Amino acid sequence: MSNKNANPQLTGSEILWATLVGEGVTTVFGYPGGAILPIYDALRKFPIHHVLVRHEQGASHMADGYARASGQVGVCMATSGPGATNLVTGIATAMLDSIPMVAITGQVSSKVLGSDAFQEVDITGITLPITKHNFLVTRAEDIAPTVRLAFQIASSGRPGPVLVDITKDAQQATAAFDFDAAAPPAYRPHPMLRTTAGSIDQAIELIQQAQRPLILAGHGIVESGARDQVIAFAERRQIPVASTLLGLGAFPTHHPLSLGMMGMHGESWVNHAIQQADLLLAFGMRFDDRVTGNLAHYAPNAKKIHIDIDPSEINKNVKVDVALIGDLRKTLDQMLPNLAPHSDTAWIDQVNAMKGTAAVRDIINLPDNGHLYAAHVINDIWREAKAAGRLAQTIIVTDVGQHQMWEAQYFKHDTPRSLITSGGLGTMGFALPAAIGAKAACPEKDVWVIAGDGGFQMTAAELSTIVQEGYAINIAVINNGFLGMVRQWQEAFYDKNYSASPILSPNFVALAAAHGIAGANVSQRKDVTPTVTKSRTSGKPFLINFQVEKEDGVYPMIAPGAALHEMVRRPTHDPLLETAEDE
Amino acid sequence: MLHTFVALVSDKPGVLTRVASLFRRLNINIVSLTVGESERPDVSRMTIVCEAPESAAHRIKASLYKLEITVDIDEVGRSEAVIRELCLIKVAAGPAHPLGQSSRSQIFELANVFRARVVDLAPESIMLEMTGSSSKIEGLIQVITESGYTILEVSRTGRMAMRRGHHTSRVLKALGTTNGSGSQVNSPTDWNSQPAADILPNEFPEVHPEEDREDET
Repeated sequence: MSNKNANPQLTGSEILWATLVGEGVTTVFGYPGGAILPIYDALRKFPIHHVLVRHEQGASHMADGYARASGQVGVCMATSGPGATNLVTGIATAMLDSIPMVAITGQVSSKVLGSDAFQEVDITGITLPITKHNFLVTRAEDIAPTVRLAFQIASSGRPGPVLVDITKDAQQATAAFDFDAAAPPAYRPHPMLRTTAGSIDQAIELIQQAQRPLILAGHGIVESGARDQVIAFAERRQIPVASTLLGLGAFPTHHPLSLGMMGMHGESWVNHAIQQADLLLAFGMRFDDRVTGNLAHYAPNAKKIHIDIDPSEINKNVKVDVALIGDLRKTLDQMLPNLAPHSDTAWIDQVNAMKGTAAVRDIINLPDNGHLYAAHVINDIWREAKAAGRLAQTIIVTDVGQHQMWEAQYFKHDTPRSLITSGGLGTMGFALPAAIGAKAACPEKDVWVIAGDGGFQMTAAELSTIVQEGYAINIAVINNGFLGMVRQWQEAFYDKNYSASPILSPNFVALAAAHGIAGANVSQRKDVTPTVTKSRTSGKPFLINFQVEKEDGVYPMIAPGAALHEMVRRPTHDPLLETAEDE
Repeated sequence: MLHTFVALVSDKPGVLTRVASLFRRLNINIVSLTVGESERPDVSRMTIVCEAPESAAHRIKASLYKLEITVDIDEVGRSEAVIRELCLIKVAAGPAHPLGQSSRSQIFELANVFRARVVDLAPESIMLEMTGSSSKIEGLIQVITESGYTILEVSRTGRMAMRRGHHTSRVLKALGTTNGSGSQVNSPTDWNSQPAADILPNEFPEVHPEEDREDET
């Protein structure tokens, strides 16, 4: 369609696809319906691969997974009414984790807008608080400029989802198409995006004075591509690095200065280090409540320097001493030349000493006692990938719950975008569709779904999409017969009243087989690695049902309202680990 | 405490919803909100007064900036700006009133003191129009009530604010228009090459309390 003739007349539908092609889109995830039929009719004329999903929620999670794996804007598509509302969970998931996404929805004709027409819903109204911005387009000539602006908004500044709702008459009408003329005005940086030389000097001074500094590495490092700068920064001053859930992989875990994950299920020494630090350097993270614990007792001795691209995050949860607003990579580039080297390793040694008995308590160091623990399964998936030299080529996509935290603890991520997980919204059912998006973006990589038996059933319909697309996705269902994290909270805070948390599951291997997907059941530790290898090397989708310990808990754990250092540790004499029989 | 924000926003459908939705999301009560045209054809001007803790001002401002429809945000204090509202008050007065005809003249007198104008005179009522600060309007309402008159209706616009002196929107200024009414600038501005005086500082009252002093006079 790269017609060189001046301004060809195209239908709105053709303009949409031509604009998407111009924006570099190669794959969209969607589901057709009445109000978007003209757009689907025009699809065959354009070099874009459309992945038909089984539920629109899957489409938005796939676009999200695609964006997280590739760094490009993910695109999903649905019809009006129920199609649009089914996208909502995925859009909110992307919003909370700052993922660049453009969602296109069909809408009833502009002549009947507001009349409760068949499959009409006010989707721009519904998604107002969960999108970075949204548009209602009622004229064909507005489609190209609006879609181009949507891509700019989605990917600039702090990224986020943008929804474009296009009425059916706009899809059918014709207008002149000129991709270049439809370009939005140059991106206007946030008027508050100013890092003054003075505040940089202040920050440098605080860093030079600090005896016990700590870097809190967040998702912003990945989004801004600041990995090298952060490594240089940490090494220059021998500053240990703690990571948020979405920051895992941003700083290599094998690095001697890497401590691991902080927060509610973070490593004990990381949380103790935060509480003892005299300076926190927050790099592209937002002091989420899962990271800080009780704010009144958070890092009481520490000065705080916050570098973030979003000014509304400054002083939102934690009051900071110096705020540097702007792109992390650029800000660190400005700071690095002024940062004097410092080679004293006393502080990092002190932090390492805090690990103390942690290794003894760690479930991973227990000898095989005949039980299969989820932590072992996840650690073995990591070991297997490492042994095969595929670690840098592996993407793990998790669902939400206990397995997600075990993944964060026992899969050691060294590369950015190697962990895809719903952090902010905590969306169960995310893993399978997001993995399809990740595989579409990175077909050469080994993509693993790690999901619980509960979350997997929420979006299991997308198994059919995997087969349809021929994606060799590895699926590990961590099956403990419970909504595990709910059960753990009920055990800890609700007197073991397991209300609605035991969950019946189908035979997952048979379910996979019904879709034509091979699978295996694993309930012995010795079978884990061979089965993982079999799955990874099969070149086809493969599902492994790991039948794990029913009532295992994620430790350490910070109870709601407790301070960061008041962790509940895994008991050294865990009755669960010592009895040979389940009770 | 009460915060007064002036928001310049693009003049498009749905903009009011976006601003209102933001305050709802932050769980902050809007005391008053006025919207109208500004000196630029494509920009609407809102004055938003809200009740929020002092520390919330920065977050509200930054969150308003995040809306794609926002051109500029300014928070104005009482001392540095002219803040006015318009009020219409209908008072029961006339021959049927217990005070008879003299009720009218007494209302006229009260109106004079407060520099309110009589804009409608009916057999049973008088309508007053008044512009001024909120406290002055409340003063008139109080005096009328305490003088034994019955107020039938009150309609207030809510506050409008404008900074005193030669202040124009910093963003419009940065875009190249010195008085905000100049021609639109076509070339994208290179923000990093702006002279230091024109760039916007990091404004964090909690962080740099000394910078905020002049606002407290």
